[in-house]
Amino acid sequence: MAATQETIDTLQEATGKYKYGFVTDIESDKAPKGLNEDIIRFISAKKEEPQWMLDWRLKAFAMWQQMESPDWAKLDIPPIDYQDIHYYAAPKTGEGPASLDEVDPELLKTYAKLGIPLDEQKILAGVVAVDAVFDSVSVATTFRGELAKSGVIFCPISEAIRDYPELVQKYLGSVVPVADNYFSALNSAVFTDGSFVFIPKGVRCPMELSTYFRINEANTGQFERTLIIAEDASYVSYLEGCTAPQRDENQLHAAVVELVALDDAEIKYSTVQNWYPGDENGRGGIYNFVTKRGACLGDRSKISWTQVETGSAITWKYPSCILQGKDSVGEFYSVALTNNCQQADTGTKMIHIGEGSRSTIISKGISAGRSQNCYRGLVRIQPGAENARNFTQCDSLLVGDKCGAHTVPYIVSRNPSAKIEHEATTSRISEDQLFYCQQRGISTEDSVSLIVNGFCKEVMKELPMEFAVEAQKLIGISLEGSVG
Amino acid sequence: MAPLLEIRDLHASVGDTPILKGINLTINAGEIHAIMGPNGSGKSTMSYVLAGREGYEVTGGDILMNGVSMLEMEADERARAGMFLAFQYPVELPGVGGMSFLRAAVNARRIEAGEDEVDQLEFVKLVRAKATHLGINDDMLKRAVNVGFSGGEKKRYEILQMALLEPVLSVLDETDSGLDVDALKIVSDGVNLLRDPQRSMLVITHYQRLLNHIVPDYVHILAGGKIRRSGGKELAFEVEESGYAGIDDAA
Repeated sequence: MAATQETIDTLQEATGKYKYGFVTDIESDKAPKGLNEDIIRFISAKKEEPQWMLDWRLKAFAMWQQMESPDWAKLDIPPIDYQDIHYYAAPKTGEGPASLDEVDPELLKTYAKLGIPLDEQKILAGVVAVDAVFDSVSVATTFRGELAKSGVIFCPISEAIRDYPELVQKYLGSVVPVADNYFSALNSAVFTDGSFVFIPKGVRCPMELSTYFRINEANTGQFERTLIIAEDASYVSYLEGCTAPQRDENQLHAAVVELVALDDAEIKYSTVQNWYPGDENGRGGIYNFVTKRGACLGDRSKISWTQVETGSAITWKYPSCILQGKDSVGEFYSVALTNNCQQADTGTKMIHIGEGSRSTIISKGISAGRSQNCYRGLVRIQPGAENARNFTQCDSLLVGDKCGAHTVPYIVSRNPSAKIEHEATTSRISEDQLFYCQQRGISTEDSVSLIVNGFCKEVMKELPMEFAVEAQKLIGISLEGSVG
Repeated sequence: MAPLLEIRDLHASVGDTPILKGINLTINAGEIHAIMGPNGSGKSTMSYVLAGREGYEVTGGDILMNGVSMLEMEADERARAGMFLAFQYPVELPGVGGMSFLRAAVNARRIEAGEDEVDQLEFVKLVRAKATHLGINDDMLKRAVNVGFSGGEKKRYEILQMALLEPVLSVLDETDSGLDVDALKIVSDGVNLLRDPQRSMLVITHYQRLLNHIVPDYVHILAGGKIRRSGGKELAFEVEESGYAGIDDAA
């Protein structure tokens, strides 16, 4: 576990404290800084999009200009100059490689450094298929042929817009409307790439699907868009990972993820978010302003969000479920860890519309350093949601005495048959526990990591096996220096 | 050759309160020493000071293990150097799997010694073998460390850790408290199995009965932060007969 040689190696090879802080020196094709209709036309043209897509973007841009940045979260967000950002950056050779042979070797090296194998021969066949998004473009999607045999579509969303326009037009913006919020409108106007997944009726996706997002260019925003559609009685497990170079300025990441589950379908969506968090004085780091929402449209459908959030300077993120189908199920398992000057306002919304819909929320917040960590959640039972059930457990752990943990649960029940439970605890990492571990010879940092991983166990066990070990190590590394 | 443990005129405080007021004690390899004393005499403080717990400040004197002062060493460094404390109140670690915890502890030592980490399967076998002697079943090994364990189970789990870590110096802090006669026998048998000419133990207890099972070479009476009397195992019987009152007076 925490004290393995592997962990120590990981720590040693880390350049500075943030392991992924390197920059890849690669020629890139960038849009000029700034945001206006011409930039949107430029992005759309780069992506060779049909007219309807451009129109959709322009409409979103018009809406965004009328909107204001939300200020209700417990976050201190410095003003963002939206004209000082590049909205498009692509590796010069990276325009839709037909096969891995055409991918720039520098890029392959970057992903190898990140521990993400893009070389299909080197991965055990049938374990994980990967879509890698570098700045604004998807550079490689593995195992597409293999997946196509079972009818699964897994491709960059820019390709889906060209190749599967009916599906995209039907579902894009159906779960997260363009004007849902300030950042979803911004994303709708300028999104550059992301993944598209379609699982046909009755198919159990034969492997884990995974996307790795990497911001490389300076002064670049990343606006990815992910759309996953699971038809009747299908199943898919999807994982995303995120990293960025270590830079002094802040960078914006405003993604939108939409999930659609039809009758008896199940989508398991896991995130390991490790964007650059800034240095110990709060300089630099990613602003992670993300809208993620799943619609359980079908009866007995299920959507499960699992997130391990350790990175980003500021996180504003509420992966939610709209439980429309009868007996549909929504789950949210979250570990949010903040250290140094990080701020996180994260949680979920469970909207119960369907009869017999059920939801479970397990949230584990860990605050260390001078960080502020807030859980914000909404459980809403609509009048028609007869016999709806919710169980919420919200635990906060404080490491040190300069950090803050906050819990803001909203509960609205408009149906008297609903049953809602909310449990919450706040605790400190106890000196007794630390001493007990240390007395067994385990170093202070490994002891903290061990105790914190124990605290998160209920959530960590929901992660796909392949990523659970990585996530455990990440927790240990992210807590470095939190105990003096 | 330096003694395994040498405590020289040790003074220690908790906060502003002096608790240990000049303790001298020498333990040679292979010896078992017992410390007895009334409530509040400083027995538990002494175990924490030896283990290097934060908040227990040494204000004078020295603690040497094999001739090397341990005062500058952190608790985990002392542990890796071979010091083990069996806790009077073992601490629960929610969510921390027992096997992972034991492995982390064993590996921490091995890494420091420049050895490879334990093989996972071999380790499970080793733990099971040692656990059987102590009446610890698989179910207990699978649970989180000390969570939901009974008082007796916690004490047996401490001895299991001691058996796995093979310390050179074991401090047993009131290991008998809260144990019934049967549990006391299991725990004592476990401890006796670990007796070895290279290893020493310091057994802290309130009652003589533990010393019928773990027979000490020397007994010391601690009162008011000082060792008031030292003798052979017969000293324990004397205390059992006449209590600590006379000893306090002698001070």
